[in-house]
Amino acid sequence: MISQATSRRSFLRGAFAGVGAWSVADRPTFSAESAQLAFANGERPLARYPGKRPLIQLSARPPQLETPFSIFNEGVLTPNDAFFVRYHLADIPLSIDPGAFHLEIRGHVETPLSLSLAELKRDFDPVEIVAVNQCSGNSRGFVEPRVAGGQFGNGAMGNARWTGIALKAILEKAGPKPGARSVAFNGLDGPVAPETPDFIKSLDLAHAGDGEVMIAYAMNGEDLPWLNGFPLRLVVPGCYGTYWVKHLNDIEVLDKDFDGFWMSSAYRIPDNDCACVAPGAPKGATRPIMRLNVRSFITSPAEDAKVAAYVALEVKGIAFDGGHGIEAVLLSTDEGASWIATRLGDDLGRYSFREWRTELSLNPGAHHLKCRAVNRIGQSQPMAPLWNHAGYMRNVVEAVRIEAV
Amino acid sequence: MQHVRKGLMLVATMALLAPAFCAAETLTYSLPEETATLRVGPGDETAQKNCAGCHSVDYIERQPPKMGRAFWDSVVKKMIASYHAQINDADAQRIVDYLAATY
Repeated sequence: MISQATSRRSFLRGAFAGVGAWSVADRPTFSAESAQLAFANGERPLARYPGKRPLIQLSARPPQLETPFSIFNEGVLTPNDAFFVRYHLADIPLSIDPGAFHLEIRGHVETPLSLSLAELKRDFDPVEIVAVNQCSGNSRGFVEPRVAGGQFGNGAMGNARWTGIALKAILEKAGPKPGARSVAFNGLDGPVAPETPDFIKSLDLAHAGDGEVMIAYAMNGEDLPWLNGFPLRLVVPGCYGTYWVKHLNDIEVLDKDFDGFWMSSAYRIPDNDCACVAPGAPKGATRPIMRLNVRSFITSPAEDAKVAAYVALEVKGIAFDGGHGIEAVLLSTDEGASWIATRLGDDLGRYSFREWRTELSLNPGAHHLKCRAVNRIGQSQPMAPLWNHAGYMRNVVEAVRIEAV
Repeated sequence: MQHVRKGLMLVATMALLAPAFCAAETLTYSLPEETATLRVGPGDETAQKNCAGCHSVDYIERQPPKMGRAFWDSVVKKMIASYHAQINDADAQRIVDYLAATY
């Protein structure tokens, strides 16, 4: 069944490539199941893609898939087949020859390189890091007043063990020339219309060569899933997913700041401490989005759960930040009037999800649980949501409504 | 066309069975069929013609509901100015009218 449908799809793709026309498909291939995200117009199909379990589908072309939130209660590492997918441009690679694939390192360098996958693995020491990849617009659907953009719930994030090559080692081999300032990253995905700006991101040279930024070829011990950037993707620990360029095949060192659309116009936040403005206020000065702010979630009990009163109820969840590391996660049952400490789980590194848990005994009735994380430099989460025009960086203290009976 | 489809079916099947990182062959990925359609309303054909070339129309369906004309005008302007969608002025107006009235 699947192969028949996909073959027709492949045929259509080939037939219309570059023409800019599209025949609306008439035959659903995913189940009738759907998910309901907790905001207006939040109904989503659960779609099945090769290599993925059914995921919450935001869009089909290009694919944007969200992780069902219950997955985050199952473990601190997000399984590859449940990891969210976000593309910008619809000409995504559907055919890759790993034997012929090369990563180019070029531009303002002494020795341009063209590295095969085999050479990357053979000639460079592997490095490993556990890090959260979170979309800049994760949770955008909850932003009020609502803003345009991908209307994600809280599932445009995931935590994985990434294995690859330190970008620093590759840059050193290529040798940036004096005056090198920035590094631009491009992948195999591109626009449908040639006029649309290709998705290219950049980092300052110092950041790119900090030893932590990685070119990953494996995720949780397996090859990268196709939709998460097979065969190579950039991993920028502590920074939003927009920088984690998928299907990475081209690295250009520049002697100036990169000024492409996806840096100079898109993915920019208010240039102030909170990255926020009053709802509807002018945008003002902006800067590129960069480090994750502090977030925490209650993963159990789930929203609207009925739990037993008077007995120990396990409350657990996850917390993370942009790399300082989580110091504490606090829980409140009285709208933030008082907070209790929770126990932190295993430390997989300062870029990872950190599990937390505690036990509560509740009186019968409705309860509102809130969690709040604090990182190692004292940054925390706001009690009321902050707002910006693009709906980026939401990190309000989250609440879960439950009933004890 | 039947033999073309059979051939592609074979490729797709091999892609599902193939190990993911085998250096000797080209790997392929098959996306599921696209299912979203535009809501029926005056201007839907203009929107289909101008929008659906670059992205599936669930992009439209998933936006917040009843956002009004200024919201959709801003979205269409962004598609033209930022993403360089080739939409003429008359079509752009008709698309904004359709989106504001229908979504």
